[in-house]
Amino acid sequence: MTALLRVDRLHAGYGKVEVLHGVSLVVPEGCMVAIVGPNGAGKTTLLSAIMGLLPRIGGHVLYCDEPAGSTEALVASGAVLVPERRALFADMSVEDNLLLGAYTRRRAGNRDTSASMRDVFTTFPRLEERRRQLAGTLSGGERQMLALGRALMARPRLLLLDEPSLGLAPMIVRAIFRVLADLRASGLSILLVEQNVRAALQVSDYGYVLEMGAIVTEGRSSDLANDARVIATYLGARR
Amino acid sequence: MQDGITTGAIYLLLAIGLLIVFSVTRVIFVPQGDLLAFGTLTAATLQSGQIPGTLWLLDGVSALALLISWHRAPLRTALTWGVYPFVLTMATLLLARFEHPAMSILLALAIVTPMGPLIWRFAFRPVADASVLALLIIAMALHFVLAGVGLVFFGPEEARAPAITESNFELGQLNVSGQSLCVLASCIILVAALRWFFGATIYGKALRATASDRLGARLVGIDAAATGALAFALASFIAALAGVLIGAVTPLSYDAGFDIGLKGFVAAIMGGLASFPLAAAGAVLVGVLESLGSFWASAYRDVIVFTLLIPVLAWLSLRAGSGEERA
Ligand SMILES: Nc1ncnc2c1ncn2[C@@H]1O[C@H](COP(=O)(O)OP(=O)(O)OP(=O)(O)O)[C@@H](O)[C@H]1O
Ligand SMILES: [Mg+2]
Repeated sequence: MTALLRVDRLHAGYGKVEVLHGVSLVVPEGCMVAIVGPNGAGKTTLLSAIMGLLPRIGGHVLYCDEPAGSTEALVASGAVLVPERRALFADMSVEDNLLLGAYTRRRAGNRDTSASMRDVFTTFPRLEERRRQLAGTLSGGERQMLALGRALMARPRLLLLDEPSLGLAPMIVRAIFRVLADLRASGLSILLVEQNVRAALQVSDYGYVLEMGAIVTEGRSSDLANDARVIATYLGARR
Repeated sequence: MQDGITTGAIYLLLAIGLLIVFSVTRVIFVPQGDLLAFGTLTAATLQSGQIPGTLWLLDGVSALALLISWHRAPLRTALTWGVYPFVLTMATLLLARFEHPAMSILLALAIVTPMGPLIWRFAFRPVADASVLALLIIAMALHFVLAGVGLVFFGPEEARAPAITESNFELGQLNVSGQSLCVLASCIILVAALRWFFGATIYGKALRATASDRLGARLVGIDAAATGALAFALASFIAALAGVLIGAVTPLSYDAGFDIGLKGFVAAIMGGLASFPLAAAGAVLVGVLESLGSFWASAYRDVIVFTLLIPVLAWLSLRAGSGEERA
């Protein structure tokens, strides 16, 4: 299987403070890869550096076998991030948020994005009911649906998700994870960052454990879920 | 009163320009007033059959932009900063001697509008992530530079832009000047056009998205450099338009723009630097108060206008203190 995203000994941080100390990982085409780890491990930093939101101090990020460029260039070539704080356009309607998700496609001359909009509404019927409502007035679950929907409007090849279950009710978390599993089944590649380790290892193919800015363990998700150390640190407490 | 509404409409235009630039780029566009004066004086110079210095300024700075942006997007750069100034220069050289009012106005708009994007390109884009205060300091510095340039090109005298119409109407007991009506009509048309642009086009929505959430805008692939250029283009077009409109009612000198821009700023602040309808109400209020003020206390008219700011600022800072929900 070919690698869609390859991160090689990546160093990144904020100003002089280095947070990532040489992180390597691979997202093969059509796979869902999970990154788990404690608060402050550098998961968000890793996604930001991959997307070019933070300067990459050392190492390489290859997307489609080419060095990753600016955020805009990555988005235009199908690598789309749903950030931890969703970053919706709060004072714009749900429909406009979705429309702007397809911004790069519109710019590339593709004027008809209504088919993608229909797909998003089929996946999240709630968004269709709320299409004229301002994004800022949505509930937490609806906001996450809109953030995902907006990302899907770009017709991504690689979806990067930063804690999609953060702050959501268990029922909505289950619904979101079901959608992720469906997307994965339809051939989309996904890089998933999650604190909900159990759920993340259940839906993903492969997992990495990130601690203090370095990968400490990796393996097939089913193996990681049975790894004694992972169970003790991340799964034990929740039983 | 009639004057109050006319100048109020001009303040409204400037307030809108300031709001667009600030919400998209966080720059408080102080030199907008200078571009307004450029608009008046460029039109006035063309109307007297001469070639305005602003044209050569535009050519020079465009050439610089052409040089440094060439390697990135050759075709677009060549069109914007090569072909456009060239055609405009040729057109101006050919048409200036006809001294036709509408022609002078259109050429002035075409000369001043690209200065906004050029200012963005050279002064603000390289430091786009700086603090609002740092950006404001740059904007202030630019104001002094542009005012100096204005003095060199146009001299210290006041000049009048060509009027679109010289006619006058009797409206009951009022004597309404055609130019005042033109100012109002242009203002209404522009506001309607902007409403359509921001409400219905993908580029307008991209600007609103940038204003709403910077990170979100980057993550859907909106290019911050391009939205910034567009915001500045809108603002400088608005400034140039305001300049040719008000310049036909009151003659202006190279340094008159700053005061007018400041009043637009007061109106924008009244709208909380965020709300267009509130800024509109503020602009008309400033215009009317100022003309009433000049009627019975002309020495104090600026004092009256700026005193208005105090309650508004107090209210704004109270509100900001109580609700810091958007970090
Ligand atoms: N903007 C910032 N400036 C400086 N340091 C930061 C910044 N953001 C994060 N850090 C630091 O970088 C480290 C990693 O943070 P990061 O947000 O990447 O962790 P995370 O794994 O995503 O954590 P969480 O599970 O809480 O989201 C932390 O020590 C944090 O204090
Ligand atoms: Mg995080």
